[in-house]
Amino acid sequence: MTLPPFQQLVDEHGQRLTRFLISSVGPHAASDLEQETWLAALRAYPGLRRADNLGGWLITIAHHKVVDRWRMNGREVVTDAPPDRAEPGPEPPDDALWRAVDGLPDGQRSAVLLRFVADLTYRDVGEVLDCSEAAARQRVQAALKTLRQEVGR
Amino acid sequence: MSDGRLERTLRMGRPGGGDGVDLATVAAEHGELDAAVSRMDTRIGGLLVAVTEAGLAGIEFLTLQDEDDGMADLAVRLGPRLLHDPRRTDAVRRQLDEYLHGDRQRFEITVDLRGLTPFQRSVLDRTASIPYGATNTYAEVAAHIDRPGATRAVGNALGVNPVPIVIPCHRVLRTGGNLGGYAGGVKVKAALLALEGVITA
Repeated sequence: MTLPPFQQLVDEHGQRLTRFLISSVGPHAASDLEQETWLAALRAYPGLRRADNLGGWLITIAHHKVVDRWRMNGREVVTDAPPDRAEPGPEPPDDALWRAVDGLPDGQRSAVLLRFVADLTYRDVGEVLDCSEAAARQRVQAALKTLRQEVGR
Repeated sequence: MSDGRLERTLRMGRPGGGDGVDLATVAAEHGELDAAVSRMDTRIGGLLVAVTEAGLAGIEFLTLQDEDDGMADLAVRLGPRLLHDPRRTDAVRRQLDEYLHGDRQRFEITVDLRGLTPFQRSVLDRTASIPYGATNTYAEVAAHIDRPGATRAVGNALGVNPVPIVIPCHRVLRTGGNLGGYAGGVKVKAALLALEGVITA
């Protein structure tokens, strides 16, 4: 089987990998994980037997690194320290949302990040999380409900 | 926050830019890069230049094929882990540019001729010694490597030259002055010979 040049993978999926990692672990830790993900992908690439879902394959590698990082750090809040404000105003709604995502149970948190940020289908989300497509949908719905309660009016 | 807004905000991802990874350098430092590749647009058309750890391993003309085809060709020959990297191809690109502007007659570039047979190598080695502005016939190259009569095999070996221009297979012509074939098309061959003053443009 002929694999496409690795550059094609970078061009087609690099941006969503970066977005997925920043959303999962914050901008600072994301740089390390991005490098680790690409290196793991480069190592495994020549041995790949299938090239029909390279984006899903790359995101799966990244997902495992993210989960390892979460476990290592415990429930650390990954949003970078909020800037000092002279007058404490209301928190921007996006910060509140990402804080709420950080607070989700791991399974729901992964499901939301994989579905919306990494833009995977529910079927692929199920494959990455080793659950059924229906279970993947349920996790996302449960997560959205929590997020609405936390940040919505 | 409405449901639509919630999903849209999630899709945009958490704000904050990463530092960006210099992927080709990381890959090369860990021995996971098959070749660094750059595209050049020159007066004779587009070129892809591929450099491995061992040296210049590929020049693909983009005159008769597009960039995707050229990359696919390099991936088959050198391995699929190809990354764009202007830095690692810089010296080669500079010398090619000088040559194509008439400012250089010899290349100082290490070439990586992996995957070639001993016969193909001997043909390319001989061809590399034909000076700027001079030409040989296929039959002369065959005679020089002590394989008189292997004229057609010499033509085939030149046809798989992985680094045309730098190994100047354009300086090998048919007996009688017909230009013969060329990977980038016979127009490119004529342009290179005109550049070197062998034929008039």
